[in-house]
Amino acid sequence: MALHLEDPRIVEFDVRTDEMLVNMGPQHPSTHGVLRLLLRTDGEVVSQVIPHLGYLHRSAEKIGENLSLPQWIPYTDRMDYLAGMNMNLGLSLAAEKLVGLEVTPKAMVLRVLIAEMGRIASHLVGMGAYGLDLGTFSPFLYAFREREIILDLFEEVCGARLTYSYVTPGGVTHDLPAKITIPPGLAALIGKPNNLQLSWLEACGLFLDWLEKRIPEYHTLLTTNQIFIKRTAGLGILDREMAISYGCTGPVLRGSGVDHDLRRDGESIYTRMYAGYKFDVPVAPFSSAPPECELGDNWCRFYVRMMEVVQSIRLVRQAMEKYPTAEGEHRLPFKQAQKLPKREVYLETECPRGQMGFYLIGNDSNVPWRARAKSSSFCNLSVTEPLCAGCLIADIPAIVGSLDIVMGEIDR
Amino acid sequence: MLLNRGRDLRFRPTLISAAIFLSLKCGEMNFQDIHSRLVSRFGDRITGLNAENIDPWIEVAPQAIAEVSAFLKSDPDLQFDGLNNLSATDWFDADPKKQAKLGEPRVEVVYHLYSFSLRHSVVIKVKLPRWQGDVAGQLPEIPTVSSVWGIADWHEREAFDLVGIQFVGHPDLRRILCSEDWEGHPLRKDYEFPLEYHGIRAR
Repeated sequence: MALHLEDPRIVEFDVRTDEMLVNMGPQHPSTHGVLRLLLRTDGEVVSQVIPHLGYLHRSAEKIGENLSLPQWIPYTDRMDYLAGMNMNLGLSLAAEKLVGLEVTPKAMVLRVLIAEMGRIASHLVGMGAYGLDLGTFSPFLYAFREREIILDLFEEVCGARLTYSYVTPGGVTHDLPAKITIPPGLAALIGKPNNLQLSWLEACGLFLDWLEKRIPEYHTLLTTNQIFIKRTAGLGILDREMAISYGCTGPVLRGSGVDHDLRRDGESIYTRMYAGYKFDVPVAPFSSAPPECELGDNWCRFYVRMMEVVQSIRLVRQAMEKYPTAEGEHRLPFKQAQKLPKREVYLETECPRGQMGFYLIGNDSNVPWRARAKSSSFCNLSVTEPLCAGCLIADIPAIVGSLDIVMGEIDR
Repeated sequence: MLLNRGRDLRFRPTLISAAIFLSLKCGEMNFQDIHSRLVSRFGDRITGLNAENIDPWIEVAPQAIAEVSAFLKSDPDLQFDGLNNLSATDWFDADPKKQAKLGEPRVEVVYHLYSFSLRHSVVIKVKLPRWQGDVAGQLPEIPTVSSVWGIADWHEREAFDLVGIQFVGHPDLRRILCSEDWEGHPLRKDYEFPLEYHGIRAR
């Protein structure tokens, strides 16, 4: 009897395989938190992936309906906990859009500076953790060494290392400190004395100089590494139409060749922050890509993130130049008791993982009637099911990792 | 290295380009255009609009939403290929005086659409009764749009889970954030937190 094989990789001549359900997670290290993937497998081939979420659900939206907007800011830190600054910024801008408040030029410069530093820190984790997913440990250590200094600098600004609540409606909570002791990590890396006193901006500049030289190292470690290319290029191909239909945003969308970045194409309340800044938006395909690479594959998504780090360094440098001449206070009053007018606003901002949206409904009270957080990782994760169908089990971490999800943001 | 040049925003706001930019973004003209286009196509199934809101919205009859969505996506002048956000709101207050300020008790489903090719956006709203046929516990029904936008699948599951809306025709409508045996829909304004869940004290 002739044997008909649907998938040539299923070898049924010698070894008889049966369909098996495999639970991956919720404690699996490559699921970036507590995500459970239910895999329907036949041997090594995965025919279906069913993601199960909600393990980190903390009813952030319900809590938001019972708090004033400045009080809800700390909850946004805990959504995407790798990019707290950017999440704070998203809600603050939505709140300002709702009440019609415009922040000072100084607050805008500070916001650009801090949001882009946050983006660098977040992409560093994205890069390191992706290496970890694929079985290489060293990029993770380098990435965390660099991120540590950014966290030190953030700590000097607002006192927190992870959950900042720094950007608030009306501006930012503190101005940059005039004198700090050099972060110990930075002092060790660039060979300066431990007790060196300098301004925050000088420390930031020293760090950027140092980080910029490290980027070629990351490329040799991962981007152009043959093993890495074999594991990522040509795999998990997400085409343009599917990326748009599934609401993918950020590096996932740009990795599929859609030239869209809210810092440039968003609403004016957001883009005016970036007015006068020069930056490029990296979009696949890349001429420097290895020949195995295809538009919208894992490698493209990863490379978009790497290129965005370079652009963020550019933006931080420009913000540092603008800071001394920026006018106004760093913060305008936005009281806890501030009445939210009876109207509805929706605003998306470009977070490191994609477009984070906040939908707020005011009802003549200081508490919003509805506070909705549309998560970018949520949408990016929804594409796993079509993306992983027919791949090998070992490729699941490579594909899910390339989406760079954070479960805190997905489950809210 | 092939990088797309970021548009330098300093050189953008000439008067004409600013006017075009505004009308494309969320300008009244464009919103009115979209509205009149929908009215001419769907007639009285477009039930209203609010042009005063910062993000103006168009109201659509519940039964027409799937058709309207397919039209919004496929029409060459509209091309809303992206569903940025789908969410639902419960407009209910146990206090009749406060309810009077909110209007009719209802549930609203909101669709924030964006066109990646034409770079414009629109908000679509659907008003539903809080309970189907006013029978408490009977979830209000609305056709699914998951065949139009892939992401609507998960967004609708979330709206079903948290707000309690039955999306008719959805391929796999089950809870997404709460566990499968959770009771009630937490974002309903009259939701009461359970005293315990599987022996775990909940409040």
